[in-house]
Amino acid sequence: MESWIVKNLWLIPALPLLAAGLSALLPRPFRKASATLAIGSMSGAFLLSVVAFVHALKNSGPDSAKEFFNFAWLQFASGDVGVLKLGWVLDPLTAVMLVMVTFVGTLIFIYSVGYMAHDENFTRFFTFLSLFAAAMLGIVIANNLLLLFMSWELVGLASYLLIGFWYHKPSAAAAAKKAFITTRIGDVFFLLGIVWLYHETGTLLFYDNGNGCLEQTALSKMVTHATVGGLAVSAAIGILIFIGAIGKSGQFPLHVWLPDAMEGPTPVSALIHAATMVAAGVFLVARTYPLFEVTLPGLAGDSAATVSTALQVVTWIGAITAFFAATIAVAQNDIKRILAYSTCSQLGYMMIGLGTGGVAVGMFHLITHAFFKALLFMGAGSVIHGCHDEQDIRKMGGIRNYMPATFLTYAVGMMALSGFPLFFSGFWSKDAILHAAHSWSVSHIPFYLGVAGAFLTAFYMTRQMALVFWGKYRGHERPAVATKTPQLLALKEEIEPHESPRVMTVPLILLAICTVGLSLIGTPAWPWFQDFLGSHHSEGFTKDTVQIIMISGLVFLLGVGLGVGFYGYVKRKTASEPDPLERLPLGMHTWFAKKYGIDELYELTVIRFNAWAARACAFLDEWVWGGVVAIVSYVTLAFAWLNRAIDEFVINLGFDRGCERVSRGGSLLSRLQEGRVQVYLRVLGGALVVLVLFLIWGGGK
Amino acid sequence: MTPLAGYLLLSAMLFAIGLAGALTRRNAIIVLIGIELMLNAANLNFIAFWRFGPNPEALTGMMFVIFAIAVAAAEAAVGLALIIAIYRHYKTTAVDEVNHLKG
Amino acid sequence: MLNQMTLSFAIIAILIIAGATAAMTFRNLVHCALAVAVAFAGLAFAYLQLNAQFVGLAQILVYVGAVAILIVFAVLLTRGGEAAEKKVFSASWIWGGAIAVAVFGVLAWAIQHSFASQREPLPEAGASVKQIGTALMTKYVLPLEVIGLLLTAALIGAVIIAMREEDKSK
Repeated sequence: MESWIVKNLWLIPALPLLAAGLSALLPRPFRKASATLAIGSMSGAFLLSVVAFVHALKNSGPDSAKEFFNFAWLQFASGDVGVLKLGWVLDPLTAVMLVMVTFVGTLIFIYSVGYMAHDENFTRFFTFLSLFAAAMLGIVIANNLLLLFMSWELVGLASYLLIGFWYHKPSAAAAAKKAFITTRIGDVFFLLGIVWLYHETGTLLFYDNGNGCLEQTALSKMVTHATVGGLAVSAAIGILIFIGAIGKSGQFPLHVWLPDAMEGPTPVSALIHAATMVAAGVFLVARTYPLFEVTLPGLAGDSAATVSTALQVVTWIGAITAFFAATIAVAQNDIKRILAYSTCSQLGYMMIGLGTGGVAVGMFHLITHAFFKALLFMGAGSVIHGCHDEQDIRKMGGIRNYMPATFLTYAVGMMALSGFPLFFSGFWSKDAILHAAHSWSVSHIPFYLGVAGAFLTAFYMTRQMALVFWGKYRGHERPAVATKTPQLLALKEEIEPHESPRVMTVPLILLAICTVGLSLIGTPAWPWFQDFLGSHHSEGFTKDTVQIIMISGLVFLLGVGLGVGFYGYVKRKTASEPDPLERLPLGMHTWFAKKYGIDELYELTVIRFNAWAARACAFLDEWVWGGVVAIVSYVTLAFAWLNRAIDEFVINLGFDRGCERVSRGGSLLSRLQEGRVQVYLRVLGGALVVLVLFLIWGGGK
Repeated sequence: MTPLAGYLLLSAMLFAIGLAGALTRRNAIIVLIGIELMLNAANLNFIAFWRFGPNPEALTGMMFVIFAIAVAAAEAAVGLALIIAIYRHYKTTAVDEVNHLKG
Repeated sequence: MLNQMTLSFAIIAILIIAGATAAMTFRNLVHCALAVAVAFAGLAFAYLQLNAQFVGLAQILVYVGAVAILIVFAVLLTRGGEAAEKKVFSASWIWGGAIAVAVFGVLAWAIQHSFASQREPLPEAGASVKQIGTALMTKYVLPLEVIGLLLTAALIGAVIIAMREEDKSK
């Protein structure tokens, strides 16, 4: 039995796609039209998502079947096996993700109207935003791994287009290229996983009345099958799929593109690189979770004795990234880059949550993170906008006096991210993760790394807030200001920050409210979210729970305290002062600031090798294949020349000479025609003589 | 030498003389005279053979000569008329100079 | 008899040859015409000698009486004001002469080596006019008619060719 919404779930991504298509046809001056299309379509998608959510609420429960709708798309071989089916699925995971993406998306679209108001490529921006939204929603509803992959690639494309939106800037163009290529590396492995999965199970549909690849039969088949190193096939496929997620979600070692992606406009950073696209990797793991968690003996169950290798890989990578990215964030000076590394780190947390605690734990943090990270990015965008496109926090300061609304909302976001106890959603979601990591049977190291990361998160966020919002405004040293005329300097608005327009601040306020509000749905006291997503860790209050809450709170206080100590009391006076942290031993600060030199390492090895290979191929193409082609062309030319030579010198000349000879012979012969009768007579006489002689000698006497 | 041979030799000589004149003289009329001499030499030849030939009763040679004389006369008339016409047109009777068909 | 015949033959031969040679070598055209008339006469004597009376007399009638006079008329009609010819013989007369000599040589040689030099003359053979007439009317009637046509054509043709053109500038 299929309800209307399940059958027509495709409308949700179709609306933004239609908006993108129409907007692409609009000429540049039609700014209002394209913004209306985008925001309108996203709002429509949001409404439909709410309907879907309500429907999913009605059908929820621990043993509810997933509702899906499949249809045959392509018949590429005869019979039933040759049909490629696509479809969409509506389960609690889909529902919450849909609501989050559409809601945050709509708010960010509205915000962009204000942020991009001065940009001349306004319509193009909204076209790409709508395209991105359509692709992201496609990922969310897909019931087929192939459809998911197609949308995945589209999302990558939209990200490329949006990061490189200001393509005239070489750094932006390079960043877009880097993002695309790095995620591509992950996608190659993802595709390998898809192909292998299809080979093993013969289907790419997730749920198909028992035939799907995430259902009992397929899973048992894959988990019993062992491959290299004793690894179960399901785990191997899971790891391959996870590598795709590593690329998209900016986990170590494919994280290098995320900080550079900050070259794009801030709404892009907010939407794509905080809330939604980077979350797609986490979502992918959550979606294919049955594949990850299935182990021998027996199938996925809460009493699994062993943890599958795939989940272990997920957890370890997540833990490393969480800690590693946090250390780098401590030493950054660009307001958006701090937030970018923070995103990497938080995504690592989500991976820890998925690996140790299951879908619900990871997804809860994903949802809360989406809200407060989008809030933080939009707030940062507001600050940048207000400070006349300044992004270095050393050149800001005291902004809370100039931009109060931004300050308050940013503070809410910062509290959530750092994990302020009890009132903010970030605290509860991070707490759930730490709780799950603590009770992980394999190892406790992810837990310690998570705690350390939490401490660092609190510390660098406090540092950022102190440097940006407190103290004295340090922006007067900017060269752009110094070149302004005295008359302009007299105008306060030209040099000092100003508050952003309401179209930008209202979404901030809405998001702040949600950040606080979401905390209510996932606490151990009322784990509605976890139950909704079918998690098995809803045990309510235990001794462990209180212990973890205490540890989280303590860590938060420690981080904030140190941050205030370093940056709050000793106020920074000038922009070019050295950072207090530079006094750390062993040059640790330089290591953090230089991002551990990973970019440079990649440059020296992979990039250089790639460039060499490209040069070798170019050489081969130009000289070897090109040489062959050139030789062929030269041979052809030679033949043509030979042909012409023969034609001109042999045939023509022969013909000419022949004709010449004939005419010469003719003129020679014509000389016989004397014109004089007597000559003819003489010839006759001579002939007579000859004839008679002939007769005499020949004929006989 | 038999009489027949004598007459034949005579006719040959006459023929040669006529031929020499026709081939060497410049005036067209003399050429025509030469041709007449050649014809006459042939007639003599015929008569000689008739006289000394195997069958004089058949009168073959004589008949031939009669017709030859008639033809020769007609031809001389026409030829001389042509020479007169050419003389009128080219104002000369020298065969050397009437070589307008020279290739 | 033979001696007489040989003698008369020699005289006739000399007459003919002399006349022909004279006709072919004289500068004055009228002299040439007269010389050729002499040659024709000599030929007539030769025919008479050979018992071809009709042909001999026909020779005199036609050739001496008509053709020679015709030649004289033609000479008179084509005289270009008594201006003497620059040359009598053409530029390459050697060749003509050579060919004539060659022809004579070949013919003489042929005659010498043929049966004619062995044949002895037959007794009297003659042809009366009656015989000739009968032959003309019976056996040779077709050639006779054709000769008639030929003569007619020649007559008309000669008249037309030699006719004075209708000159507009007359």
